[in-house]
Amino acid sequence: MNADTLYQEIGLLTPEIILAGGAMALLMIGVFFTSDRASKLVYLASIALLVVAGFASLFWTGEGGTAFSGAFIFDDLAKFSKVAVALTAAMALILALPYLEAEKLLKIEYPILALLAVTGMTVMVSANDLISMYMGIELSALALYVLAAFNRDSLRASEAGLKYFVLGALSSGLLLYGSSLVYGFSGSTGFEQIAMAVDGGTNVGLTFGLVFVICGLAFKVSAAPFHMWTPDVYEGAPTPVTAFFATAPKFAAIVLMARVLMEPFGAVVDDWRDVIWIIAVLSMGVGAFGALTQENIKRLLAYSSIGNMGYALVAIAAASQTGLWALLVFMALYMIGVVGAFGAVLSMRTREGMVENVSDLAGLAQRNPGLGWSITALMFSIGGLPFMVGFFGKFFVIYAAVQADLIILSVLAVLFSVVSAAYYLRVVKVIWFDSSDIEFVPSSMSVYWVTRVAGLASVLLLPVLGWLVVRAYSVGLATL
Amino acid sequence: MIAEIPSFLSILTFLPTVGALVIAIMRFTARPEDQAKIGENSRGVALLTTVVALGLAILMMIEFDPSVAGFQMVHEVTWLEQIGLGYRMGVDGISVLLVLLTAFLMPICILASGSIKTRVADYMIAFLLLETLMIGVFTALDLVLFYIFFEGGLIPMFIIIGVWGGQNRVYAAFKFFLYTLLGSVLMLVAMIFMFLEAGTTDITVLLQTEFAQEAQTWLWLAFFASFAVKMPMWPVHTWLPDAHVQAPTAGSVILAGVLLKMGGYGFMRFSLPMFPNASDYFAPMVFVLSIIAIIYTSLVAFRQTDIKKLIAYSSVAHMGFVTMGLFTMNDVGVQGALYQMISHGVISGALFLLVGVIYDRMHTREIAFYGGLVHRMPVYAAIFALFAMANVGLPGTSGFVGEIMTMVGAFQAGWWVATGAAVGVILSAMYMLTVYRNVVFGEITNPKLETITDVDAKEFGMLAVLAVSTIVLGVFSTLITDVTAASVDNLIANYNAALAATAQ
Repeated sequence: MNADTLYQEIGLLTPEIILAGGAMALLMIGVFFTSDRASKLVYLASIALLVVAGFASLFWTGEGGTAFSGAFIFDDLAKFSKVAVALTAAMALILALPYLEAEKLLKIEYPILALLAVTGMTVMVSANDLISMYMGIELSALALYVLAAFNRDSLRASEAGLKYFVLGALSSGLLLYGSSLVYGFSGSTGFEQIAMAVDGGTNVGLTFGLVFVICGLAFKVSAAPFHMWTPDVYEGAPTPVTAFFATAPKFAAIVLMARVLMEPFGAVVDDWRDVIWIIAVLSMGVGAFGALTQENIKRLLAYSSIGNMGYALVAIAAASQTGLWALLVFMALYMIGVVGAFGAVLSMRTREGMVENVSDLAGLAQRNPGLGWSITALMFSIGGLPFMVGFFGKFFVIYAAVQADLIILSVLAVLFSVVSAAYYLRVVKVIWFDSSDIEFVPSSMSVYWVTRVAGLASVLLLPVLGWLVVRAYSVGLATL
Repeated sequence: MIAEIPSFLSILTFLPTVGALVIAIMRFTARPEDQAKIGENSRGVALLTTVVALGLAILMMIEFDPSVAGFQMVHEVTWLEQIGLGYRMGVDGISVLLVLLTAFLMPICILASGSIKTRVADYMIAFLLLETLMIGVFTALDLVLFYIFFEGGLIPMFIIIGVWGGQNRVYAAFKFFLYTLLGSVLMLVAMIFMFLEAGTTDITVLLQTEFAQEAQTWLWLAFFASFAVKMPMWPVHTWLPDAHVQAPTAGSVILAGVLLKMGGYGFMRFSLPMFPNASDYFAPMVFVLSIIAIIYTSLVAFRQTDIKKLIAYSSVAHMGFVTMGLFTMNDVGVQGALYQMISHGVISGALFLLVGVIYDRMHTREIAFYGGLVHRMPVYAAIFALFAMANVGLPGTSGFVGEIMTMVGAFQAGWWVATGAAVGVILSAMYMLTVYRNVVFGEITNPKLETITDVDAKEFGMLAVLAVSTIVLGVFSTLITDVTAASVDNLIANYNAALAATAQ
């Protein structure tokens, strides 16, 4: 390897280098200047870094390619995902700042851990080798375990962190075991080599390994039956951390899952489609029925995210170019909804402190119309009801499934969407039909604007939706 | 002429949205102490918007060329052409009158909302959005666009029933929403299937596409699930009485007047022309369901103690005539079904307004509460008499034309079909005359009714417009049939050609 190719290969890692280098530098600043102002400065600089990393990926004009003997790939899929991951993470940090200040949790570790987690996610979406895949997953997971328990004085946050760690470690174990089986039976860790090895068909060992890999990844995307940790962690972790969990890591994990299944194992789609089929149906079912009786809005959103991951898996089950771009469109639109929804949860602060029950939203359409209308639009959008942008996400997912002749799966998907409509409607019902005299204190500027913009976007994005779809469409064509 | 500009239909469709935005901006920028005034002003804005929309719809009628069978005033914007989706609008003889009906009923609904005193601005926004979505259903020429309008209408209606409805409004709103959503999601899968088969969602192209026999059966059933719930046909009609009874007066008018017509429109736009073989195959089933609907719901209506519920069940019965007429697939039957849709929109709208008039005064809809209204409200009694007769199908009213045409059509399809429908006509006279006698005639036995006042000028105006329309349409039936003839003939010719092609 000469200097030129090394330079070129390092160029492919620009976003990762920005994030990792920035995180180190900010860690130094944070350690040497311990004042509150320095913490805030580090925080704002982290947001800026994420935005820069996102734009660096977006405006990357050079040719993609692989680096480090094929372990790392920078293609259109990675590019799209990096932009989405970095920008949603930036949004999650913007949402978190006022909360952290109010709860006296603003420490430099928070933004730096978030930066490291995002670095891990950018590696995940670029992974082209079992080892870089595992590195990416662990880098983000370790940072996320700490974030879950960030409010260490809170019993529930510590419990959430511990639960997340134990189950996450278990899933890493499954993933590693599966990876080693795949390595053992294919003779390589590189995705391209594995693809060649499985081209002529699989054997029991390889299939066995693949199933373990799928289980490990299903943990990360919180798909049923590996979803048990989600409601507890979502509820226990501080709300801004939950907002972070629900957005960028989900995106990175589902893209990684799509890549692992469609690239190295793309030739043996019949071997894994049934597994994904079952996981998708279970997730949609658990998400739809589990949320019906939830009183806590964070738990409700947890079940909603389980259900929505089920839809994402429907797109993966399609295992086609259409499935891939449908997945990207769906996830991108879903991210907007989730960021807005958590902005709304963060706005639920009364004089006594944060409240988290659905019933606390009662009468919001009257006492705080801006917030009430935004949540209404966001709920309909996440639920995938027409004339909200979220509808198009689900529409394209079903489109991909029908194209792949998965008619039964698509019928089940739409039927579950009716069940889940019931709980989104319940939130809307509480906001519009009920009344109460709870008064929320005005939310901070950033939360206010994120919620309103996301709420408006779930309707007004319709005309520019075409742009997003076309971007994702070209990714789909270029990747497979 | 303004109607000649290419985006005319889009302007007509989205004009109410603009009105809704104006109200929303007023509402969100006003100080809290001015909110009451905003509420009053929003009535004016809404009325103005709907009247202008009505004006545009009349212009559309003037511009519309009834001799052309295809789509007119088509507006196309490319959108996602890589995938095959597009934005296309257009009207033909089938949809143009339904657009007019929607635009015609909306100003009446806004005027009839005088009794709404709380959250008026939100109410008007919901109604204006609903108007856009309803007109959009009839003008959309793209499958996905149609679905968006079709389903999107649930959201404002959910809010209208749930916020301004009666005692049991939450139950009714949820039932309405989930019931109709469950019906339509299967249609969505069917639509995607058609999209993949034809490679486009353009309705004009899909009308020319021939789907395989077996696929047609499944597609027909999926569409039927949606439209049968929307119509509503027996046995999936149970959401309707709940929604009707709980909705505010204007909501009931819109539900009965326009939302129910979407099912019939869907059958004419999709099921019949796109799946002719399946339609032919399933026609006897539709006849049976229609006759059960006509007879059974008429009997149910007879036993109701709540006037609104009675009219709701009578709507189900009248929609039975529509489905029956549509699936006869002969000229007079299909024309009659369309006629019945328009006429029912006017008559049922008026009947709900009439119930609203006494409900606003007495706050009850119990039939037993009333009696002898003719002594205190002679004008009301006269108007009610007219619409009760129109609902029964008395010659000279529009109700007669629709019923006789569908029955003539049904007779050609099979004597038993027409016989069943005729029994329904007798039953409708039975329940309508009974309720009329109980509410209007007799002596005033309830002392609370002593002070009831007759219709005021505004109520009279609204009802008079509807009364005139009913009589005019009852006498000059060519006003409607001339507009629909070319498109319906074309529909039937294509249908028969498709059947003949597969029979060989």
